[in-house]
Amino acid sequence: MNELPRKTQGLGDEALAMARPKYVGKAVQRLEDPRLLTGAGRYVADIRLDRMVHAAFLRSDQAHARISAMDCDAARAMPGVIGVFTAEDFADIPVISAPSRMRDYRATKCTVLAADKVRYVGEPVAVVIARDRYIAEDALALIEVDWEPLDVAADAESAAHSNAPLLHEELGTNILFERVFETGSADDEMAAAPHRVSGRFRIHRKTPLAIEPRSYVAEPDRANDGLTLHGSTQVPGIIRDILSGLLDLPGNRIRVVAPDVGGGFGGKGSLYPEEIAVCALARKLARPVKWVSDRSEDLCSTSQGFDETIEAELGFADDGTLIALKGQVTGDVGAYSIYPWTAALEPVQVVSFLPGPYRIPHYRGEVKGVATPKPPTGPYRGVGRPASVFVTERLIDMAAAHLGIDPAEMRRRNLVSETEFPYRIGSGIVWDRSGFAECLDEACSRVGYEGLRRLQQEARAAGRWFGIGIATYAELTGIGSRISVAPGMPINTGTETASIRIDSTGAVTATFAVASHGQSLETTLAQIVAEELGVRPEDVRVVHGDSGATSHGTGTYASRSAVLGGGAAIVTSRVLRDKIRRVASHLLEAAAEDIETGDGRVFVTGTDKSMSFAEVAHAVYSDMKALPADAREILEASESFDPVTGTTTTATHIATVEIDPETFAVKIGRYLVAEDCGRMINPLVVDGQVHGGVAQGIGAALLEELSYDRTGQLLTGSLADYTVPTAVEVPHIDVVHLETELPGNPGGFRGMGEGGTIGAPAAIANAISDALSPLGVGVTELPVTPERLFRLVSEARNKTDTEK
Amino acid sequence: MSARVDITMTLNGEEIVETVEPRMLLSDFLRDRLGLTGTHVGCEHGVCGACTIRLNGVTARSCLTFAVQADGARIETVEHLGTVSSLGRIQQAFRKHHALQCGFCTPGFLMTVQEMLETLPLDTDEEIRDALSGNICRCTGYEHIVRAVRELADEREGAAA
Repeated sequence: MNELPRKTQGLGDEALAMARPKYVGKAVQRLEDPRLLTGAGRYVADIRLDRMVHAAFLRSDQAHARISAMDCDAARAMPGVIGVFTAEDFADIPVISAPSRMRDYRATKCTVLAADKVRYVGEPVAVVIARDRYIAEDALALIEVDWEPLDVAADAESAAHSNAPLLHEELGTNILFERVFETGSADDEMAAAPHRVSGRFRIHRKTPLAIEPRSYVAEPDRANDGLTLHGSTQVPGIIRDILSGLLDLPGNRIRVVAPDVGGGFGGKGSLYPEEIAVCALARKLARPVKWVSDRSEDLCSTSQGFDETIEAELGFADDGTLIALKGQVTGDVGAYSIYPWTAALEPVQVVSFLPGPYRIPHYRGEVKGVATPKPPTGPYRGVGRPASVFVTERLIDMAAAHLGIDPAEMRRRNLVSETEFPYRIGSGIVWDRSGFAECLDEACSRVGYEGLRRLQQEARAAGRWFGIGIATYAELTGIGSRISVAPGMPINTGTETASIRIDSTGAVTATFAVASHGQSLETTLAQIVAEELGVRPEDVRVVHGDSGATSHGTGTYASRSAVLGGGAAIVTSRVLRDKIRRVASHLLEAAAEDIETGDGRVFVTGTDKSMSFAEVAHAVYSDMKALPADAREILEASESFDPVTGTTTTATHIATVEIDPETFAVKIGRYLVAEDCGRMINPLVVDGQVHGGVAQGIGAALLEELSYDRTGQLLTGSLADYTVPTAVEVPHIDVVHLETELPGNPGGFRGMGEGGTIGAPAAIANAISDALSPLGVGVTELPVTPERLFRLVSEARNKTDTEK
Repeated sequence: MSARVDITMTLNGEEIVETVEPRMLLSDFLRDRLGLTGTHVGCEHGVCGACTIRLNGVTARSCLTFAVQADGARIETVEHLGTVSSLGRIQQAFRKHHALQCGFCTPGFLMTVQEMLETLPLDTDEEIRDALSGNICRCTGYEHIVRAVRELADEREGAAA
């Protein structure tokens, strides 16, 4: 279809379009697939190096205890063991602390291995290095630790008390931060509002659960006294920068490479003690050190997410107009404030996004984060917004029910409308133009909302518990330099740079500091570069996830890579294309403005003169007679892109559920997402991201919960206990795209990697509440397991019986 | 240290003779001893299915199987399904429908799907979902995997693709 026209003479717009096809917006098949489908990918666990040794970590089985003695002699004496190391062996490495400019924030101090006391079950206390992993694990069993158990306040509420046992004595409190957001006069307006609904909401702790467990191989470079860390990380640039300081190595002697990475979802987006340990030990032992987490370690040592209690109240007028919103968020943040995001990331996002896509003039949001003896919390897909959208969307439905207004109509009356953008919500976040109402209307129309309501009436008449749930939300994606991704975090995450070069064979290589771990960036970024430069996507090699290839850049997280990486790809390709045109103007004896590129060739429009990229490259680099010296422009460009504030993405999710009255199992029927991520780079990839996000949201809503007992012991330490959705629990998902324009942004791309997880918990919670509304049952706690549903229904029935 | 055991197996059509510790997992044997790293290990307790291989034609969790249990067996792994330059039919369908993202669970899914296509009617999408439910994918939400299998099942029946 995209063959070159036989005659290029008189190349008009139409022929030019054929010669320079559009790749952005096309369902281009993924370039990374052939290797991943054939088992030819290279994940960290696949790496084998000469003289490589294996690490295994001894982890605390206590939630809060002093280490009074540790005996490693028997382990050291075991044949095949190369060494056993404890905190004192890492004494030369600075303490890890996550700084923030946020007021009323208290950073925690964390050492590579626990020094005098442990603060969660799973915290590493010793590391064995052995010839193979089997021996290393055998040796772990020979290490004896004498624990002196300390008092435990295992949940945020008890840990926040002034007399609670302190995890970090030097801080004098377990409260790591407190913050208030206020616009208008929420207290007065709430008191004066004609109607109010309120609730105490709870979302329980999750694990990101990438199927590839965290893995690291540290490879010393003895010749240069340097080090390469091969890591399953989303943020190689951030890890390189911090390791440079911790190990006292300049950036040109330390390289962090994320090869193929088997999913992240936020869990591979922070700095981990094991990462530092393998690097330090590889330098100490002068040989490669490998550590691959097993699943039980992963469940108790990878950053966790979503653990909040939210008390919220919504005030509104007779016609449903929203007046005031108040929210108090208490985050259970775990034992340490994680680097670089800090413990504030998740809870502050909850309170920041609570007003949602609605016009609410008065808002007061309070948030605090409380340290508890559990693994640190960090980013998990959606960060804060799955919780805030759950709360706000439940309140909207409760208000609608209170007034007898349809939930869709209630939203329609209050969504920020097209003429109001940019719109500043009560927490200070500014929504840019995005299809808020369009997504709601499209979702209702495509799902056949009125028809579903009629079906529901029939189901109810037959005594069935059938419900319909809507969730409408907005999110800030592709965040630029003006906003810190995490509150007060002194790291720039708002820019990305692309470096694109055409080598002496005419081949194109595009290098980015983003780090694809399933997002398809090797394809989508190649589509953009190909379209802008005038080559085919398969001719563009995308290099990513290698700190040695870039000067700066942080990685892939927070729905940023298509916006920032894509933006950088466009601006850089355009600079490079202009260079090609200037060079070719000499070679083809034409004005640069008359030169076009397409399908790997350079043309003079309106003539039959053309040459290949390879010929241009040969003239620049190899044939020193082809060009005057001052016209020999090296065919490379490197430009940065900064979306300044970021982009606003929106969607409406609609779900139907039916609840089995005997087993209380929830079966999802229809599931539809209408989303606006601006211009799509690759619709197949967008669909895949939405599907995957929704599946994780379904997990958050119905299944997934890291459960800790009162002594801080993890009760869900295997995948038999921590259950995630399989193909049976996830329904067929319909996705509808609205591509509203995004002025002032070169690609018009909005971020969309997390949205599925943001909308689904709320839509499902609303659908279940809708199904059970005849009983007066409303969901306030997620996941809403069959046991929780059974209790809710039993309580409602008992109450009804008592009232009789 | 326990005595070592000699084992022989037919792996992807090739005869293999090796000496292993009795406790060595088949997944570690394939990956670390033979360098066939296409078989991935996701949980080491038999739940996620990333390590799925075929043992005498039947899918098995290589993380719950000792290498010595495969003595005398016929083993197939993802490396047997196709190559980068010549993808097998299941691999082509997965690529066409974008049925993989990070690719870590994919080898296990491919081995499961191969067995499903050989042994199950797969008349409905519910049947496909049921048969896939022993493998966890955290990226795709399964929708595109179901579509790929649907196409393969229809094609097998000679139905219009």
